[in-house]
Amino acid sequence: MTAKRRPGRYGLRFVALGYLAMLLLIPIGMISYRAFEHGFAAARSSVTTPDALHAFYMTIVIAVIAVVANTIFGVGCALLLVRSNFRGKALLNAIIDVPFAISPVVVGLSLLLLYGRTGWFGDVFLNNGIQILFAMPGMVLATIFVSLPFVVREVVPVLHEIGDEQEQAAETLGANWWQTFRRITLPAIRWGVAYGVVLTTARALGEFGAVAVVSGRISGQTETATLWVAREFGQFNTTGAYTASLVLALIAVATLLAMNLFKRKEAS
Amino acid sequence: MSIIVEGARKEFGDFVALDDVSIQVPDGSLTALLGPSGSGKSTLLRVIAGLEQPDSGRVMISGWDATDVPAQKRGVGFVFQHYAAFKHMTVRDNIAFGLSIRKRDNKEIDERVQELIQLVHLEGFGDRYPSQLSGGQRQRMALARALAVEPKVLLLDEPFGALDANVRKELRQWLRRLHDEVHVTTIFVTHDQEEAMEVAGQIVVMNEGRVEQTGQPTDLYEHPRTEFVMSFIGPVNRRGAMFIRPHDLELLQVPAPDAEEAMIERIVRLGFETRVELLLPDGQQIWAQMTRDEAEFDELAEGAIVYARPRRAKVFEANGEPRTEELSAAPGA
Amino acid sequence: MTPVAPGARAEAPPRPVAWPRLGGAALGRGLVTAYLSLIVLIPIAALVAQSIDGGLDGFWTAVTSPLAVSALKLTLISSAIVVAVNVVMGTAIAWVLVRDNFPGKAIVNSVIDLPFALPTIVAGITLLALYGTNSPVGIDIAFTRVGIVVALLFVTLPFVVRAVQPVLLELDQEMEEAAASLGAGPLTTFRRIIFPNLAPAILAGAALAFARAIGEFGSVLLISGNLPKTQVASLFIYAQIQSGNDTGAAAVSVTLLLIALVVLLVIGRLTHWTLRHDR
Repeated sequence: MTAKRRPGRYGLRFVALGYLAMLLLIPIGMISYRAFEHGFAAARSSVTTPDALHAFYMTIVIAVIAVVANTIFGVGCALLLVRSNFRGKALLNAIIDVPFAISPVVVGLSLLLLYGRTGWFGDVFLNNGIQILFAMPGMVLATIFVSLPFVVREVVPVLHEIGDEQEQAAETLGANWWQTFRRITLPAIRWGVAYGVVLTTARALGEFGAVAVVSGRISGQTETATLWVAREFGQFNTTGAYTASLVLALIAVATLLAMNLFKRKEAS
Repeated sequence: MSIIVEGARKEFGDFVALDDVSIQVPDGSLTALLGPSGSGKSTLLRVIAGLEQPDSGRVMISGWDATDVPAQKRGVGFVFQHYAAFKHMTVRDNIAFGLSIRKRDNKEIDERVQELIQLVHLEGFGDRYPSQLSGGQRQRMALARALAVEPKVLLLDEPFGALDANVRKELRQWLRRLHDEVHVTTIFVTHDQEEAMEVAGQIVVMNEGRVEQTGQPTDLYEHPRTEFVMSFIGPVNRRGAMFIRPHDLELLQVPAPDAEEAMIERIVRLGFETRVELLLPDGQQIWAQMTRDEAEFDELAEGAIVYARPRRAKVFEANGEPRTEELSAAPGA
Repeated sequence: MTPVAPGARAEAPPRPVAWPRLGGAALGRGLVTAYLSLIVLIPIAALVAQSIDGGLDGFWTAVTSPLAVSALKLTLISSAIVVAVNVVMGTAIAWVLVRDNFPGKAIVNSVIDLPFALPTIVAGITLLALYGTNSPVGIDIAFTRVGIVVALLFVTLPFVVRAVQPVLLELDQEMEEAAASLGAGPLTTFRRIIFPNLAPAILAGAALAFARAIGEFGSVLLISGNLPKTQVASLFIYAQIQSGNDTGAAAVSVTLLLIALVVLLVIGRLTHWTLRHDR
């Protein structure tokens, strides 16, 4: 307000930005340095081994499945929460958030117990020759679990905000529920959905604890990118670990850019 | 406590909010800063309060230079258009805020708050939160809060701007009476000329960051010094160089010197008042204002031809005093 | 168009509603419930069942074993520290982002979300790159409890900032001006006007940060170095899974889950209570 308050303001700015720099920016800058410490060629060859490539492939396949499943579920669930009334709605609403409150390791453990040899569903699948644990299905289930709430949580407020007048207008003009959804609701919520998809993708790509438990971490088979990074780091193959980390960090930055873009689109 | 502002200038980027503004507000007066939006009236009020620092110029409060004194030390009470109620505090705590900052003892605070609650007619609302009050009640609470610390000066920024028309009317009269009771030097900002005329003892008319004219309400109405003041305070017809108030226009049945032929386009009856909208031969539209009885006596009808003659008109010359032309002394045809 | 007799309207069948209200909504509800059950509820039920496999005594024995107790204690203490730092720094960062102006503010603002977007294992490696054994700045927090706290600070950074920011943006600045005109200095204004209005948002952000911190795994895994003194609850659970002690792992997991739910619930109520006069 007046000139007298300036020093305090600079002090606060210095502390806040300094904290961010120490905690966030400088460490991430270090990653790039560490990755290319031994030259670009070394960095490149360290992450193009068959195991590494397979790990990235696994990550992408799992993320795509999880994102598709959670997007369909998320939009449907959000519609149900906002546009209809039924008993148990508050409970449903609370359960959606459970994945935010639960440790990824615990998610992995739950699936391990459910689908393991002595678990409730263990026999059913094993007797029919379907491998859930230490294979793709278990890893997908784990990833879906941890990234479940994002689309719902982004779409619900948008649905609240747009209200149902447009949908009712479409109904009075003779549109059936699918036409109403396709041509009125979906276009109105699309940036909210997109934002939720980006968050789901980021979470799915980065998942570690839950898949670490259910995958068995078999290199070249059930290893995702994050699991590969952890193993390389543990084996002191730091160039590989840092380079893959850098790749994942760049994906994270791309995610941030997409988030900013979608947030702005949603606001306009 | 008198307030003097000398040569205040304030820019926001390219926009000049105050352009060498000087005003004098006498001790104990009730003054309105009147002007259209963007005229600088709110900025001037905030400069007086210390919420805004002028780029140059001085603010004197009862003789001492307050220009560099921060808002919290100026001893002014400020009331905001949107109340600025502390929404996490009860009415009582809101009103007590300034006193508790001054570390008064609890008994004294309680007594003073009770007094103010009565003064602003909020008895029984002391334990409510602002969200449980109506707009008018919130504004009265904000006033009590500002008055609690016994400010030397009370400043109100469009205090009734966010209220319904009815509540606004009521609060205006109430502010007038409150001022008569408390006698604190008061300045309020408004863009409503009727509000300024009704409440204030002195009006400062502002436009584009400058003071156009300062004076008593009737003075401004009868003797505007500029075209802007003439047309901002009260309705006006413009005919060539002449500015004519609608009630200074008389309608004659027969031609007369200085009278122009006009056709009655529409007659609007507003109870006591009747407005007659006229079309002149050159296509310009003007209107005349009269009482219902006058209109009926003349048997005015839509589509009829009448002769419009100004009784009195103002002419503003490029340099020099505005001139009043008395064209016909006696009213009536 | 054929004119319709006034009486005909009443006899016309009701207009079919666009949303399949009866059949469709029930079907949707069924599908959503089935999906949630399959993905979330049944696995958690299996977890709870395993935790009391040896009866409530077994559960109690498992969570009161010295290793489990020390893991839970370390988790709660470090999470409490993390929340405290987040409350102060998160509010300060939100303040600077809303009220201050400096070049590059937009970039700093979007960087805040990086910990949400970055894989947790990468977060751990990132911190070790700067503050690890070969630290170029001479700060080595690898395999220490300080390291655990720093990792948790990293992954929980956005919660308080993002909770406070919109509230601060919406906060009526005239309240502060009113306080100033009533004689309150900057500190008093912050303490008595700004802080009470930010408190619900700070609490909400703190609750989310706490829930995240007590379950965090990826970022602390490498920093802990697999030592007993740095073994937080999630690492303890992982170690128990590896050694085949399912009941011990499940018991601590259920404890962790209960703590998270209670904290979220209590703070949710508290936030609700502090917001009771807004609107």
